[in-house]
Amino acid sequence: MSLPVYATPLQRIWHVAFRVLCGLIFFFLVAPILIIIPLSFNAQDFFTFTPEMLRLDPAGFSLKHYDDFFNNPDWRLPLLNSLAIAPVAMLISVGLGTLAAIGLSQSHVPFKGAIMAILISPMIVPLVISAAGMYFFYSRIGLQGTYWGVVLAHAALGTPFVIITVTATLVGFDQSLTRAAASLGAGPLRTFFKVQMPLILPGVVAGGLFAFITSFDEVVVVIFLGAPGDKTLPWQMFTGLREQISPTILAAATVLVTVSALLLITLEILRRRSERLRGLSPN
Amino acid sequence: MLTADGVPLRRSLNRALRRQKLRAMLLIAPLLVFVLITFLAPIGDMLFRSVENQIVSNTLPRTVASLSDWDLASETPPDETVFRALAHDLVIATELKTHTRLGSRLNYEASGMSSLLRSTGRDVEDFGEDLSASLADLDPVWAEPVTWADLLGDPAWRAEHESWAATGQRSGAPAFQPSATALTALPRTTEIYGAFARITQEVNGRNLMRQDPWHLVAITLIEEIKADPAAAQAFAGEHAARLAAIAGADLAQADFTAAFADSNDRWITPTPWSVIALYAAPYTPGYFLNAVDLGKTPEGIAPRPADEQVYIMLFMRTLWLSLTITALCLLLGYPVAWLLANLPARQANLLMILVLLPFWTSLLVRTSAWKVLLQRQGVINDVLVWIGLIGDDARLVMINNQLGTVIAMTHILLPFMILPLYSVMKTIPPTYMRAAKSLGANDWSAFWRVYFPQSVPGIAAGCILVFILAIGYYITPELMGGARGVFISNRIAYHIGTSLNWGLAAALGTILLIVVLVLYWVYDRFVGVNNVKLG
Repeated sequence: MSLPVYATPLQRIWHVAFRVLCGLIFFFLVAPILIIIPLSFNAQDFFTFTPEMLRLDPAGFSLKHYDDFFNNPDWRLPLLNSLAIAPVAMLISVGLGTLAAIGLSQSHVPFKGAIMAILISPMIVPLVISAAGMYFFYSRIGLQGTYWGVVLAHAALGTPFVIITVTATLVGFDQSLTRAAASLGAGPLRTFFKVQMPLILPGVVAGGLFAFITSFDEVVVVIFLGAPGDKTLPWQMFTGLREQISPTILAAATVLVTVSALLLITLEILRRRSERLRGLSPN
Repeated sequence: MLTADGVPLRRSLNRALRRQKLRAMLLIAPLLVFVLITFLAPIGDMLFRSVENQIVSNTLPRTVASLSDWDLASETPPDETVFRALAHDLVIATELKTHTRLGSRLNYEASGMSSLLRSTGRDVEDFGEDLSASLADLDPVWAEPVTWADLLGDPAWRAEHESWAATGQRSGAPAFQPSATALTALPRTTEIYGAFARITQEVNGRNLMRQDPWHLVAITLIEEIKADPAAAQAFAGEHAARLAAIAGADLAQADFTAAFADSNDRWITPTPWSVIALYAAPYTPGYFLNAVDLGKTPEGIAPRPADEQVYIMLFMRTLWLSLTITALCLLLGYPVAWLLANLPARQANLLMILVLLPFWTSLLVRTSAWKVLLQRQGVINDVLVWIGLIGDDARLVMINNQLGTVIAMTHILLPFMILPLYSVMKTIPPTYMRAAKSLGANDWSAFWRVYFPQSVPGIAAGCILVFILAIGYYITPELMGGARGVFISNRIAYHIGTSLNWGLAAALGTILLIVVLVLYWVYDRFVGVNNVKLG
């Protein structure tokens, strides 16, 4: 949308000013995230750029915060705990969520609206309320302070994302394909794995990534439900930020930004693949 | 009309439909059950706890029952019966150590109740010590624990207990069984001795024959025999003679009112009694009243003392800051969404990454970034000093106040505004604006009267979404807000983790939940839950 040749000077000024404004907003969006990356290589224990860093003097940079992050048990154990919790929670979310999304996409489902509202509710209810309720209830049934308590809670929080992404891919799904498979003699399981699954796979994987990152980033529920020995990475960061902030947190943050960027790229590839597949399927 | 196999078509179709419904439900059922157990049951538990108040009537059952006759508005404490009932309840509660929990519960409603119950809990065991001693003076057998077990216990149980004792085992003593005679002739003494026996055997795991019964048992026995000397006749042999001796002896009456007054003179004022009576019901609106800065008094519902009024202010602050954040997000998000919707797809996709990267980045990463940037010695203050905008000694304070919370949360929630705005603006044909201009509208009125009204659904969706997310935020206010920038969520977490007032946390949570659900309902009406787009 370039300016027409007949634009008045005022319109030209506004056009430029508007783009500068948008540029500033984009700067506001990404700068805080990007700035912590160079800061994490600081050779000093400061949270700002040292004169050496500004002169690009190699002595101003070091990997010591990364060394601390990967070798100090205070950080390594939480990282391992997070990696032990998130995949299991993700598998539960994806398994149950995909089945339910397929069920919901059928044409005759009684109480569809109510069921959908219930299944989406973990995403809507503020985390502190979910965490409070789970703390009360899980204490009663002995799950509070256990690994499985955290996993089940995270799985519940992750399912709405799976439902939403899988339902979205199923909207474009042509039900006559399953009928065609059935008429050609495939049983329900074979139809599911050979016909339905490849087509909804991008949605399932996207939902899985959302569920994974939900669990991996989640801190409120973990603080309430987790045992002190099962500290996760976000919990450790939260404690670090609240009590005494150590520059290792910048290294941890940079690692997490990298993980997010990788997930974002994966999702983008999946989205394109899904669009391509749906473009091929007869709509 | 029949199908090929001769079944009416209608029935055949109905059956197929039923089968289809059943199949769909079977697919949904596992997740539905999972969410019910792991998520909805906890929410239900929270709702229940916000009104549940069984601790008072469970810990002080006799007191609560006898207090029902007492006039709440009265200027005097209740009569001796109630004091006796409280002594009875407190002796048991102290043994079970539940009186401190009750004290904490009542302390939420009136400060001083916790220390009052603790101090009297220490004294209540010794109430009536002199009476019990005078009984032993009358006949030394009363100082023997076995006498009480023989008098009140079932003979078969006694025999069983003897043979257990003979084995020399330390555990597995047969539980106390009252005799039928004792139950009819001395019901109150038997009841309190039964409580003593249960606690001695089950809770403390001691041998009943070696533990002196509470003084309260002796006091109750004296009272019962004095009131009805004929009860002694119900017993056989030596028991009858001993009880008759008590009936004839000159023993003082127990005075529980004096004993309580001696322990703490607040007991002879009506205040503690009215607190117990007001919060005796097993279900109470008390936590909700507390959550809106009200409390129950004998005169009805009244505002709390001024120094305890924090929750209305916190709710208002939460709403006000959330509105500010929503407005800022709209202000920053609208131009960006417009640009993204109107650029060619290739450029728009590239710029979209700048929106999606923060969206995907961990909340804690973004909060830590702001915490680092906004510090007094942080990058932003350094830059401002360097360009000479502020002096080195006048660095801005941007964290641990409301400003820090607002900046960080605006940044964190901005993608949630841009994405719904963008998806609505994508659907507005650019030709409308051109048509408006060709009909003579200037840039502003073409935007304001043609484009803007069509983008309102996106504004509504984005604003409700950001607002719902903002009012429930906990982490960012906790880390950035200091004392003056915290939200209601932080107070809920405080009551669960630190003050342990779970009922109040549940009531505050319920109020917040209702606000969110109403907004969610509005969102569903106008936008539709199914239209939520991610990424």
